[in-house]
Amino acid sequence: MEGLFFNVSAGFLEGILRGYKAGLLTQAQYATLTQCETLEDFRMQLSATDYGNFLANEPLPISTSKISDKATQVMVDQFHYLRSNAVAPLDKFLDYITYAYMIDNVILLITGTLHERDTHELLERCHPLGVFDTMPALCVATNVEELYQSVLVETPLAPYFRECLSASDLDDLNIEIIRNTLYKAYLEDFDNFCQSIGGPTYDAMHRILAFEADRRTINITINSFGTDLSKEQRARLFPTIGNLFPAGNNLLAKADEIEQVRAVCDYVAEYRHFFDAAASSASRGNGGAGDDPTSAIAATLEDRFFATEVHLNKLSFLQQFQYSIFFSYFKLKEQEIRSLTWIAECIAQDARDRIQDFITIF
Amino acid sequence: MSGPREAIFPTRMALTNTKLRLKGAQTGHSLLAKKRDALMTRFRAILRKVDEAKRKMGRVMQLASFSLAEVTYATGDIAYLVQEQAKNASFRVKAAQENVSGVVLPTFEVDRVAGSDFNLTGLGRGGQQVIKSKEVYAKALETLVELASLQTAFMILDEVIRATNRRVNAIEHVVIPRLENTIKFIISELDEMDREEFYRLKKVQGKKKRDAEAAEALKKKLAIEAGEAAEESAKPVSVLVDEEVGPGDLLATKDEDVIF
Repeated sequence: MEGLFFNVSAGFLEGILRGYKAGLLTQAQYATLTQCETLEDFRMQLSATDYGNFLANEPLPISTSKISDKATQVMVDQFHYLRSNAVAPLDKFLDYITYAYMIDNVILLITGTLHERDTHELLERCHPLGVFDTMPALCVATNVEELYQSVLVETPLAPYFRECLSASDLDDLNIEIIRNTLYKAYLEDFDNFCQSIGGPTYDAMHRILAFEADRRTINITINSFGTDLSKEQRARLFPTIGNLFPAGNNLLAKADEIEQVRAVCDYVAEYRHFFDAAASSASRGNGGAGDDPTSAIAATLEDRFFATEVHLNKLSFLQQFQYSIFFSYFKLKEQEIRSLTWIAECIAQDARDRIQDFITIF
Repeated sequence: MSGPREAIFPTRMALTNTKLRLKGAQTGHSLLAKKRDALMTRFRAILRKVDEAKRKMGRVMQLASFSLAEVTYATGDIAYLVQEQAKNASFRVKAAQENVSGVVLPTFEVDRVAGSDFNLTGLGRGGQQVIKSKEVYAKALETLVELASLQTAFMILDEVIRATNRRVNAIEHVVIPRLENTIKFIISELDEMDREEFYRLKKVQGKKKRDAEAAEALKKKLAIEAGEAAEESAKPVSVLVDEEVGPGDLLATKDEDVIF
């Protein structure tokens, strides 16, 4: 039923977006890019794709960070075009996409404020997708109390702050804990919102968000081994919308080593192969830096996560008349920029043997 | 008497002193030459190590910056967060001293403090890469510290070797020849003085002989004159005259002696 009127409000944008999607780099284009000898060649190859002349005015030599910045700018321009043409509920949906970046930006600014630095220069370091109108106001606050009372409440993230943290928390807690608390709140809220839209949007989005939640849960578990993060604190950071929730989350909160994480992931069919493949590739390549099995598994695990994320995001394009493709497109685009940066980095540092370690999308 | 010599009064005392100094200079020369050889051995060893360390550093730094690229791939830009959260240095460099044949060389040692301030960075994503990158960079830093220590030793040794070389050469080509020249000079001067003295003595002897002969002749002449006078006058008078003339003659000869 909802498919009937979808095109009235969002049909145009979906068309635009599917056009954008067709511009994502293909395997053949990646293959050409990896053959490049210098960043100069790299730029030339890229100019034949949808990126066009985005690097044309850059003075030589081009740095990899510049490439990533410019590519991000291309993505942000696309996003702003979509956002300015969107009507409810798509506009709200698009706003939700920016919240993830906002969290990173706000955390960055809070870090600056906590250490009493001049936060204005930090504004340039913020992710352009996460920029919001009142963000420069965050720089006005000079201490944490002020920041919390008068400024953070004005941001779109205010509900997350209000529910999860108090002003004193900002001072005491590790900034990473704050970030993950906010992210957990964000994921749960986003999932709620998608549920309110319902239909195929929720089906597709829940799949992606649940995976994202599980990925964070597993990552937090593995990364908190051997740190001073207590198990109760760890349990509080786990998002509650994943496939692992609730039994898996409980077990992960008590886990002490990577074997236990693997055992938990065995309960979920989709995640089972992560550790099998990771373990086998770790044992194959144990001549390298990963003498420690935990870090070797975790390193390959990260790649698996990225691959799975791409796979899930690709799935959402199979369905029409739903919003999840907007989310998926930007996630894929982000991955593409990461891959581009990776290839550029490999070219710049002359590390040919690792140049294939990115994830192709189509 | 070729070459420079010291401005010194040629005496036997000075000769003994100069000979002693020459001996000292020769001992010093051989000691310094030994020191130079020891330093050179060390210097070459360090040079080899510096070469190795530099090559190693190239590889290690490449690995390190690549691991940072991995972090960027997995987590994005974390530079600012890490910068702000680092409160205590977990990687310190200690300076110690080493003595190589009298030269004090500073050596640097790595002192790593376990634990860190930003071990929660990348908690939600890419934490393992951050830790790995941290380890790789720590290793790269260790290589750098090693290299710094070698390089400092290299510079200092180079300077010291040059100074020692200068000293060895100075002693060999300036001090020792000059002392030898001085000794030759003193010896030749002393010989010269010996000859002069001998000649002078001869001369004095000759003069004395001549004077003595002259005095003898005068005496004889006076005696003859006196004899003639005595024959003319009374004897007591002649005795008186004789007594007066004797002492007067002695005074005259004495005066001539005083000249010498």
